[in-house]
Amino acid sequence: MAKKLNPGAVVDKPGGAVVNKTGSWRTFRPVVDDKKCVKCGICEWYCPDRTIRVTGEGKKKKTVIDYVHCKGCLICMEMCPHGAISKVRDE
Amino acid sequence: MEGSIAVAEAVKLCDPKVIPVYPITPQTHVAEELSRMAADAEIDAEIIHVESEQSAIAAAIGSQATGVRSYTATASQGLALMHEILFVASGMRIPVVMTVVNRSLSSPLSIWNDQQDSFAERDSGWIQLYVEDAQEAYDTHIQAFKIAEETDTPVMVCMDGFILSHTYEPVETVKKSQVRKFLPDYNPKYRLDPDKPVTMGALATPKHYMLFKKQQQEALEKSIAVIKRVNREYASMTKRSYGDGLIEKINMNKKSHAVVTIGSLTGTMREITKDKEIGIIKIKSLRPFPKEEIIGACENLDSIGILEKDISLGTNGALYDEIRSALYNSRKKPKVSDFIVGLGGRDITERDLEKIIKKIKSGKEVVEWVV
Repeated sequence: MAKKLNPGAVVDKPGGAVVNKTGSWRTFRPVVDDKKCVKCGICEWYCPDRTIRVTGEGKKKKTVIDYVHCKGCLICMEMCPHGAISKVRDE
Repeated sequence: MEGSIAVAEAVKLCDPKVIPVYPITPQTHVAEELSRMAADAEIDAEIIHVESEQSAIAAAIGSQATGVRSYTATASQGLALMHEILFVASGMRIPVVMTVVNRSLSSPLSIWNDQQDSFAERDSGWIQLYVEDAQEAYDTHIQAFKIAEETDTPVMVCMDGFILSHTYEPVETVKKSQVRKFLPDYNPKYRLDPDKPVTMGALATPKHYMLFKKQQQEALEKSIAVIKRVNREYASMTKRSYGDGLIEKINMNKKSHAVVTIGSLTGTMREITKDKEIGIIKIKSLRPFPKEEIIGACENLDSIGILEKDISLGTNGALYDEIRSALYNSRKKPKVSDFIVGLGGRDITERDLEKIIKKIKSGKEVVEWVV
């Protein structure tokens, strides 16, 4: 990194949050239990980084986590009304 | 004119578009006069009366980030309240210009002059220029905008409270047309513009934070040459210059002793040192600290004595430490003494100064509080 740093930490192109791989901050990773998950998408609303999403349509609906960016705050686990998300220590 | 009014007149010529100020104590006539100028449409500037100095400097940063000149003024507790945002201004590389009217910090409660307020902010990443009289205050403000904008570094112009801010002196002025030529339009590389959105002062992870700080350090090192050049350019416009812009050697010809001064005390010393076989080294720029220039000025001296209106409690006067540190690698270094004077507006009498000069000439190294 450190190709070119604009003085004053000016970011003049969007998408910095995509480049910045914050997954390394994590201590615990959230894991979705597909059997308990009803794909309600509450976790998606609460995720501060939009790293957990309900994707697909109909029977192919699935809750997917982007572990490259997920910081492991576990808000999704706290908010899940069905106890479908648990934490696993990141090694 | 009064020192504060001289500053307002100089700022007027530089055409700031936004002037956020805290309108109550410890504010000075600088803000009062600029408010009057705006009310009478003498300047085309938005005066924002904010609820604290912290807001004043924050508003100055925010407005300048949109691509216009901003200016503010403060003193003592007001500057202390700005502390946190000073680092934001310098880190974001927003070249705000601010007048600091030097007044002591509480407690005990005092409104009088010393330089502890701005000395306490010397690590904030701002350029700090200290002036000797109203004329220099006037001239330095016009230079400050140019120095700030060329280095993307904010500048504090520090002037002694009451001794300069509230005293009437003759001041030679410059024409608006001259300033227009001297100071180009403000045209920053980045500005807040809804059509071209940017983030300023973004988050820096541990990998990058230090690199940004290094950029600031390099900018301040480069500012030494900029300050010298701006001083020369100003001299060619007005026939007035202040040493090399960083320090000024006064009556140093064939002298083996010198007093080191910063601020208005230089004027007093000019009178006192007449016929006393002692010169004056006046420090104008505390940041960037002109190490090479100080080493050069001290080269053939037997002893110097520093007079300073600040104290870094628990160690020494701050200027003493910095000058001794600069001289450490000099082969011909003089004896260095330190005299803490004038804290909280304490009078510095002719008798005090004569005693100090005797002590400096004696060649003994002392650190003393002149009380």
